[in-house]
Amino acid sequence: MNGRYNFNWPGWASFVFLLLLWELGARVAPGYRLYLPPISSVIGALGQLIISGAVGRHLLATLERFLAGYLIAAAIGVTLGILLGYFQPLHNLLGILIELLRPMPSVAIIPVAILTLGIGDSMIVAVTVYAGVWSILINTIDGVRHIESTLVDTGRTFGLSRSRILWQIILPGASPYIVTGLRIALSIALILVTTAEMIAGGKGMGFYILDEERSMNSANMYAGIVIVAALGYTLNRLFLALEGRAMKWRHGMMAREMA
Amino acid sequence: MPILEVQSLSKSYRQAGGETTAAIGNISCRVEPGEFVSFVGPSGCGKTTLLMTIAGLLAPSAGRVMVNGREVSGPPADLVLLFQEYNKSLFAWRTVLGNVRFGLEARGDHSQNAAGKARSLIDLVGLSGFENHFPWELSGGMQQRVAIARALAYEPKVLLMDEPFGSLDALTRLELEDALLGLWTKLKTTIVFITHDIEEAIYLSDRIWVLSRRPSEIVEDIPIDFSRPRNQLSTRAEARFMEMRNKIYRQISNPAAK
Amino acid sequence: MRAQKISGLLFLVGLMLAWESASRADLMNPLIVPHLSRILGIFWDMLWSGAIPMQILLSMKRAAMGYLLAAVVFIPLGIVMGLSQGTYRALEVIVEMLRPVPPPVVIPVALLFFGLEDEMKVFVIFFSCAWPILLNTIDGVRNIDRVLLNTAKTFCLSRSQTIWRIILPAASPQIITGLRVSLPIMLILVVISEMVGSTDGIGYFILDAQRRFKVAQMYAGMFALAILGYALNQVFNLLHRRLLSWHWGMMKRDLE
Repeated sequence: MNGRYNFNWPGWASFVFLLLLWELGARVAPGYRLYLPPISSVIGALGQLIISGAVGRHLLATLERFLAGYLIAAAIGVTLGILLGYFQPLHNLLGILIELLRPMPSVAIIPVAILTLGIGDSMIVAVTVYAGVWSILINTIDGVRHIESTLVDTGRTFGLSRSRILWQIILPGASPYIVTGLRIALSIALILVTTAEMIAGGKGMGFYILDEERSMNSANMYAGIVIVAALGYTLNRLFLALEGRAMKWRHGMMAREMA
Repeated sequence: MPILEVQSLSKSYRQAGGETTAAIGNISCRVEPGEFVSFVGPSGCGKTTLLMTIAGLLAPSAGRVMVNGREVSGPPADLVLLFQEYNKSLFAWRTVLGNVRFGLEARGDHSQNAAGKARSLIDLVGLSGFENHFPWELSGGMQQRVAIARALAYEPKVLLMDEPFGSLDALTRLELEDALLGLWTKLKTTIVFITHDIEEAIYLSDRIWVLSRRPSEIVEDIPIDFSRPRNQLSTRAEARFMEMRNKIYRQISNPAAK
Repeated sequence: MRAQKISGLLFLVGLMLAWESASRADLMNPLIVPHLSRILGIFWDMLWSGAIPMQILLSMKRAAMGYLLAAVVFIPLGIVMGLSQGTYRALEVIVEMLRPVPPPVVIPVALLFFGLEDEMKVFVIFFSCAWPILLNTIDGVRNIDRVLLNTAKTFCLSRSQTIWRIILPAASPQIITGLRVSLPIMLILVVISEMVGSTDGIGYFILDAQRRFKVAQMYAGMFALAILGYALNQVFNLLHRRLLSWHWGMMKRDLE
């Protein structure tokens, strides 16, 4: 966003201008204060929330559920994806089932989850896992299946065993696809966690934002949204940073082994 | 009056790092209407830059280009440039017929018989029967023909061709060389041709300009007087053909010669 | 190819039979997993009574409005932003600020403004589909090969001719990608917004069934949703094939 050489003055200017417009509008038309409180009060609420830590436990709850759901989804999705991508008979067996379940939006699983697991942490983590697994699974299968046969043949011509081919050629080769799946799952997981929190209640940023709306505390509501957006942004950046390092390692390993 | 005139043209441009590269040093030449001329030179000598500048897609750093007596300050209406990457310049969303019709549309011809004209051009380049195919369905040589047909549909007075046959296999190249000569004879367009293939240049042209290394200048102006119509076997078999080829080859590979 | 499908089909049928027999043998809690036959029966009844189609129609009405609104607003905006670096930079910060907001979190805002009405859902879907559509459109316009633009120039096309005849067609595959990616997002968000703030629609239907412990109905609703998702996909592919037949052909070739 901010280029190294080129700070985006016009971009920030129009953003600030928009905020000023908001502020002015809210002050000029106090009747709309409910819907669109002045940005100053939102910033104030934001500051207060951060300082008092009132929103802390909600943020923590959301973060915990997100991490648990995402990591479990990643583990299941990648493993299953590799198995299904690599073993054609397994893929044949489960292929149709997958194609049938795929079109159903993963949020529809929430009522079933509530039925079986109640409205606590386990439900929220479960639905997050369910939703996250799909994108990771599909992309991993894709990645494993689309490995160039030339690459695999290279491994074979070097006399590599099947498992070595899997670890050293197929996995690194599929990693771009897997990473794509993991990246998409990041936003999906956050969506599911916040949604489940809105429906289940109790704690969590999803619940908090909805609750503040119900109590007509719109400034707090907006502040909560800003916090969640910041969370999403941070998670994204973290992911990009980790991905940069992880992929380099894999490529380094490949280069070293082949030398 | 020459249809194309290049007067003391030079062109340099800034690289990403800030350095300036002089691509064209000083080029002056004249092309008469209906001539087939070629530029040959070592790779990287700025041939593409030269064509882009003549085509009005790049502005000269000094000197000027005159087309039909008018100075070029943007793409001139009577001139079309055929790009080296022809596959990227064809419109993937139009059929062969659609692509060729585009040439007519660009000319302002949206008439009913535009389709008929397009079809005859497609026939002229030897692609009858492929009117409703999409570019991705065709081989490289066929795509190149579509690009040529599209350019000709525009009825330019001057056609610039940037290494049009460079990425094709040898046999297709010979075929297209003859096809091009056939079209040129029939339509009497002026053609300015770039190639790295010296023999191709000799085979096709009335005149060859040999370019030096960057910053390029014309080091030799060679009229080609083999009789027309040229023939892949007999023309190339003439003794003078090889002499000319060797002369030009020496010219290009010996940077000291000027 | 067919052999592969057969094993998958057999597996599916086997799974369904296992479900039915397990539930009949009282191996599963009927409150959570009713007989498969019962679910299918209820689905069938509600399909023909119109109960399910009605809910689906209500949901689709909202979803379609939000989706089309997003397309109509953000495709042109994306084209402008793709062509004009100035416009892009001016709006870039705003876009980057709004993008990380997880779409469901916008629902309370929409509730504030629109209550439980249709507009609430339309707004949420509009917001959620905006970014894939906008960003893919910008990308599509920006990634047009220079050679194509130079071709337009050498044929002396005017600015508007270049936009209509070259830039739009060349960018359309990427624009379609944006629309394609937004389709499941649209579906997810209409379900979510109906679960959180609605009195009808397929999302509400499923959640409501769960609350009233009409479990078979709940599953029937989920089944209907899966079919809806599948149908939307097929319709989209059909349109893609028809409108952009040239691209469809290219894609199929690349997949081989």
